[in-house]
Amino acid sequence: MKMNGARIMLECLKLEGVDTVFGYPGGTVINIYDELFSFKDIRHILPRHEQAGVHAADGYARATGKVGVAIATSGPGATNTVTGIATAYMDSVPLVVITGQVPTPLIGNDAFQEVDIIGITRPCTKHSFLVKDVKDLPLIMKKAFYIARSGRPGPVLVDLPKDVQIATTEFKYPDTVDIRGYKPTIEGHPKQVEKAVTLLLGATKPVIYVGGGVVLANAAGELTSLARKLNAPVTTTLMGLGAFPEDDPLSLGLLGMHGTYYANMAVTNTDLLVAVGARFDDRVTGKIATFAPHAKIIHIDVDPTSIKKNVRVDLPIVGDVKDVLTRMLKVIEERADKVAEFRKSLGPWLEDIKGWKEKHPISFKQTSNVIKPQFVIQKLRELSDDDAIIATDVGQHQMWTAQFFTFTKPRTLLSSGGLGTMGYGLPAAMGAQAAFPKRQVIAICGDGGFQMNLQELATLVQNRLPVKICILNNNFLGMVRQWQELFFDKRYSQTCMELPIDFIKLAEAFGAKGFQATKPDEVESVIKKGFKTPGPVIMEFKIAREEKVLPMVPAGASLNEMVLNA
Amino acid sequence: MRHTITVLVENEFGVLSRVSGLFSGRGFNIDSLSVAPTNDESISRMTIVTSGDEQILEQISKQLNKLIDVIKVIDFTDESAIEREMALIKVTAEEESRAEVLRIVDIFRAKIIDVTPRSYTIEATGAPAKIEAILELLRPLGLKELVRTGPAAIGRGAKGWKG
Repeated sequence: MKMNGARIMLECLKLEGVDTVFGYPGGTVINIYDELFSFKDIRHILPRHEQAGVHAADGYARATGKVGVAIATSGPGATNTVTGIATAYMDSVPLVVITGQVPTPLIGNDAFQEVDIIGITRPCTKHSFLVKDVKDLPLIMKKAFYIARSGRPGPVLVDLPKDVQIATTEFKYPDTVDIRGYKPTIEGHPKQVEKAVTLLLGATKPVIYVGGGVVLANAAGELTSLARKLNAPVTTTLMGLGAFPEDDPLSLGLLGMHGTYYANMAVTNTDLLVAVGARFDDRVTGKIATFAPHAKIIHIDVDPTSIKKNVRVDLPIVGDVKDVLTRMLKVIEERADKVAEFRKSLGPWLEDIKGWKEKHPISFKQTSNVIKPQFVIQKLRELSDDDAIIATDVGQHQMWTAQFFTFTKPRTLLSSGGLGTMGYGLPAAMGAQAAFPKRQVIAICGDGGFQMNLQELATLVQNRLPVKICILNNNFLGMVRQWQELFFDKRYSQTCMELPIDFIKLAEAFGAKGFQATKPDEVESVIKKGFKTPGPVIMEFKIAREEKVLPMVPAGASLNEMVLNA
Repeated sequence: MRHTITVLVENEFGVLSRVSGLFSGRGFNIDSLSVAPTNDESISRMTIVTSGDEQILEQISKQLNKLIDVIKVIDFTDESAIEREMALIKVTAEEESRAEVLRIVDIFRAKIIDVTPRSYTIEATGAPAKIEAILELLRPLGLKELVRTGPAAIGRGAKGWKG
């Protein structure tokens, strides 16, 4: 059937299984929106800012594992997507972002709302396409989705000029796609897997270090079996939270800058570190020279560039984490006798870890008159559903959530780990809620980050997305304030958000509800009320203003040089 | 450590900027880069001369491979490749130095491709070391302008890379 480019684009989305898109109309996408008007198979959600639209598509993708889709117009619409795209790129989130572009004859002429968005996003997309001929559009869309979701996932941008949207052609969607320069390695090399198991079973102080790759590969089940079969302790990065149940005794929780004492001590003393879908980020390793100084390192990752980028690796395995873990489990099964022996030999190591856990558990000092943020997080965990999805912003509240929430299921934490994007939490929660209308979705924000995308309250109310927003309000840009306190002699330069905002009235202005707690004994009732109230709700907690995230490894220090009390 | 890397890429717009952007964005050096289509018009071939320690060179290779438009990366580590580059050299040539320039050109089997009463323009081809050598001899005579293509590299032996 003959169709125009705009319609072809929508048909492609439908054939890729897309049910929801987040987009914002404008001059160069008006033809897409005209087609969308009568296109019933795709739900379109209109955010109030393109950045939030991309974050929402990102939240949708992280919560579901599917490819998130966002649409924006050319020029400012396109530039507004950049932070969202970079956020997704750093955390390997599969997205297809469609931008309008000025008609092809005008490209390069500084036309109205023209920008070279392909050039601008080149360093923060997995790949990008400028569609110059409507005949190329179906194959480009097929490639875009394939690239976004395969290998190490990531955002792909498709720049679609207005004249290409108008031009017509016969539509046929290709069944298969073959890109000669793109053949991700999926299967782990059997010999390397054998070697890895041998190395593992020869260790006496193993630690499994889990990153977001395990979540992305849907390999939490395999990872959990592996750890339990070996009785090996597991520490996770921020992106890896939920890949291994944190209520399991083998869990060491978060490692790195704000990791637990026992996770960082375990990594410092381990003789074999098994990195699975993790990339040795500087927030995880601290000073590279003293990171896991006694360890041999096995690194399993689908992206060869992650291996030996920051640390030396003794045994690399390139492949899809799920495939590699499945192969490892099989080899372990074959070596049952050795495994039994290995489990027995771990006694002293697990005793060491137990000792560290008892010496410095993750904790805070409760007070009766001021609300401690950690207490709010614990209460949220206690009172929320088992499968609740948590989205955070970036800063102190994010770290308290990571430390105190106790994540047990994959894809239940949506957080900007790599880029560290303030303003991410609320729109990401919105995207997750659009994907799962029946599940509880909670956005945990600070007062700073919340204000970066608070316009999305309108989208939540309009689309009946009942996100529960928890604002930990200390009237500070708390994480920067913490650094200023510890490393800049308490010179609180521009970190005090002096104006006290009435978040309750703000919620009401958008047609949402708001509740506030100022004392610890009000926390529980506010959370209960918030959860019970239908529709989007703001729960504001006036927290201890100068509470710090601890432990903390100062930037550039070794993991065992934690500040435990300051 | 100096390395010559050959990269086969899709012959499409924007590919050069992806490759050069990768080098600048990650702080890798480009000493020289030459690029042109191959016998297969859908493929272009780049020869990049770069430098760095072993870890950096491994990253360069991996990062290049990661680009969707990159079809193949060949890192010529040892003596496995033949490299040639061309230089166009405009040199002052007046009175007694005219003869000297001609002698140097003759020794290096270079060619004079333009002549004026006060200058010669020379075309020299060879391995980068040969170009360095001729330049060293011409410099004292008055080098007015220099253009180098950067090396192109091809593997030794009978085996050929498609394209």
